[in-house]
Amino acid sequence: MSLTPTVYPSLTIGHKIFSIIGCSGLLIGLISFTGSFPESNLTLILSLLLISTGVIGYSIIQYQRQSPGIQNNFVRVKTITSRGTTAWFLALTLMGFYILLYFFPQSLGLAESGNTGFIALFDPFSEWIKNKPASQWFVYGTLYTLAILLFGIKFILKYKGNKYQQIRTVSVMFFQLCFAFLIPEVLERLNQPSMDLKNMWPLNYYFFFDWNLDKLLQSGTLGLFMLGWSIALMLVISPVLTYFFGKRWYCSWVCGCGGLAETAGDPFRHLADPSLKAWKIERWMVHSVLVFVVLMTLLVLYTYFTGNSHILFLNSYALREGYGFFIGAIFSGVIGVGFYPLLGPRVWCRFGCPMAAILGLQQRYFSRFRITTNGGQCISCGNCSTYCEMGIDVRHYAQRGQNIVRASCVGCGICAAVCPRGVLKLENGSVDLFERAPFAPKSPKGDFN
Amino acid sequence: MHILIIGNGIAGITAARHIRQRADHQITVISAESDYFFSRTALMYVYMGHMHWNDIMPYEPWFWKKNRIHLINDLVNVLDDQRKTVHTAGGKQISYDKLILATGSLSNRLEIPGNELDGVASLYSLQDLQYIESKSTNLKRVVIAGGGLIGIELAEMFHSRHIPVTFLVRESSYSNMLLPAEESEMVNREIREHGIDLRLHTELTDIKGDEAGRIKSTLTSSGEEIDCQLACIAVGVHPNVSWLSDSPIEINKGILVDEFLQSNIADIYAIGDCAELRRPSPGRKAIEPLWYTGRLMGEAMASTICGTPVKYDGGIWFNSAKFFNTEYQVYGTISPKLPEGQKTIYWQQRDGKKSIRINYTEQAVIGFNLMGVRFRQEVCEKWIITKTNIEVVLANLELALFDQEFSPNYAHAVRDVYRSITGVTIRSVVNRKHAHVQAFMKNHQKSSV
Repeated sequence: MSLTPTVYPSLTIGHKIFSIIGCSGLLIGLISFTGSFPESNLTLILSLLLISTGVIGYSIIQYQRQSPGIQNNFVRVKTITSRGTTAWFLALTLMGFYILLYFFPQSLGLAESGNTGFIALFDPFSEWIKNKPASQWFVYGTLYTLAILLFGIKFILKYKGNKYQQIRTVSVMFFQLCFAFLIPEVLERLNQPSMDLKNMWPLNYYFFFDWNLDKLLQSGTLGLFMLGWSIALMLVISPVLTYFFGKRWYCSWVCGCGGLAETAGDPFRHLADPSLKAWKIERWMVHSVLVFVVLMTLLVLYTYFTGNSHILFLNSYALREGYGFFIGAIFSGVIGVGFYPLLGPRVWCRFGCPMAAILGLQQRYFSRFRITTNGGQCISCGNCSTYCEMGIDVRHYAQRGQNIVRASCVGCGICAAVCPRGVLKLENGSVDLFERAPFAPKSPKGDFN
Repeated sequence: MHILIIGNGIAGITAARHIRQRADHQITVISAESDYFFSRTALMYVYMGHMHWNDIMPYEPWFWKKNRIHLINDLVNVLDDQRKTVHTAGGKQISYDKLILATGSLSNRLEIPGNELDGVASLYSLQDLQYIESKSTNLKRVVIAGGGLIGIELAEMFHSRHIPVTFLVRESSYSNMLLPAEESEMVNREIREHGIDLRLHTELTDIKGDEAGRIKSTLTSSGEEIDCQLACIAVGVHPNVSWLSDSPIEINKGILVDEFLQSNIADIYAIGDCAELRRPSPGRKAIEPLWYTGRLMGEAMASTICGTPVKYDGGIWFNSAKFFNTEYQVYGTISPKLPEGQKTIYWQQRDGKKSIRINYTEQAVIGFNLMGVRFRQEVCEKWIITKTNIEVVLANLELALFDQEFSPNYAHAVRDVYRSITGVTIRSVVNRKHAHVQAFMKNHQKSSV
């Protein structure tokens, strides 16, 4: 006899209609690869409109009649959310798209002499916004922003009755739309240095590259402001905010990677492995990337100031290219998003992001943030650990009545939302800063009994 | 010393874990239900596809080896207290120095015709859930009998699969032997809003089958015949102790134990659902088949076994549940009918979805009953233990609010209700900052030393 649900409700007609509408929008994009559409704004508008109608219509049908509360019914069984065939298909499609985008943009139609195909589809929109034909990065930015906005709306409908989730999602939608997309594109139109003002080193690993520093230094007041702002963000604003609120102020309120994970990635959050083994791998990997980016940046700066690219056996140019390829493109892009349906939406944030690693170290040792456990109310059900997208075994702490102070916690608050007994709450407190878990005396028998 | 624990539920496993934290005794846990400890309260989430079977196991398999807790999957059916040995169905003989009985409960049966038919189920064990899953295809209607927590969980489970449910409750309102009238009515509404056919004042009187011995329909006390393919009996549990009837262990309904959880036989103890306290503390029951009781008894047991005898103390009563989307928490004493000398403050949100009740006497606050609102256990407990005056509680009520950030501050509404009853205006003296809670609890620790 089996325990896995054998029967569960299938999609309603409404769900299917809106799925078809959304997919037809995607189909237009796919057909455009062949270059069989005339270059006109209408095609793009039609495509995006169909996609939007599909996602929003589907969400309304799904959540409108539900009373506030968590209903993760059958996410552990449906093929798309339980590593079934559709999940693999989606993962391979996403990875394929990223590989084309990063390494073979010509295959998408990018050309100096005039775009064709898929990229050309976005030309009218690009011309409208920044007076230039589309680049592959413009196409990517548009789709990325659209995904956060559409699935953000879905998320807000899903978590009705939960203000924390809704406000946080409006925040990531705002920062993606304005800071990551509109402001840089408009600045480019105005021939000003453009940058995403919320993207800081080391997530923005090329910030200290010579071309970026030169660009900022040679662009007058605005460039200098951007330089100063970025350094202030990194050295002052971020540590202060992290002290008061934990790394969540960035990872689940502002960051673009986090934004996509929280919205489009929400249906996959339970795929993050909460085992101790995964935690060990995570710590090695994420801190290795941190060491890598620090070393690479130091060498790049050394080269910038001395003009010398060789230090001992290391070549700063080779190092920065290696970082850009393996970490910037493969890890954060191809794997980071491609693995959503396989290992959850925070694969990059958890195993690779050096920014998350730095904020995490501060969160663990010098921040007011923690998840409070409500006395002895935990029933060890496991919803918190299952739905933690960072693979934190929240239950391990909750069932012992311990507060949770973990470097990797991005403060999304889903553990508190899915808890059926009201056991968890994200809080910022100051009194016990140096009495919390990292500083508390260890049990003589170790952590795991 | 070899400690043998029979039963791998929350009581037995808590005892095992805490014994290991304190000492190096040899520990064996034996269970016929499952290889590993799982959260019984989470079985419903497996049926609803929120979680996998693996997700509801609070410890990974390596945990038991690392902590040298030896697990055996077998059924104990004979106890030889003279030779300090048990015999298993699998033919093993296991001797012990100390024996902890943590055999849990069995579901109560209804002594009505047809209760043995194929398609009559209850929900307590893993095997029960497997049985229900195996019967879940082609269900046109399920009848649930019993207005307790298991009954409503079953209703939610079938509702998640869009299977029509008729829910028979003997009382005039759901769980009104546990909840005051308003809260009970709120749950009635919640049940009906989910499309459940709730029949109050109705009992199951007869189950009819076809020639093959399969359930066909049920008869109710109102004389109605309801066609169904599955009937779930959820009319409470009783201690699983019948296998001990030939042993010299003294049994009433459960295994009779003293304050140290010891039975009448030396070196044999009982904890959790199967234990019956000879002298329960005032206002408490001799048998409390609850997750929390099992855990607290397991902790006390470990201390006693390891040479620091501790009297079991249930502490200030608390419990929690979830009725579809409405969370329920209780701290302290809340009687369904307000006893003489007690007063109540009851606030209910206009939509009838949330409520806060605080019961008190002239001298002190005695209980909190929350529907759809989360309160902080340790704060409520401290107010009750220190016999805090109701007006002090109301002035500080923000300390108890445990809903996620950005939730409304319901404390104002509760104070308004108090003003409308008494004419006394109470002003808030704290806000919801966690630092206030920390300061409040610190004072507690100091004053209690």
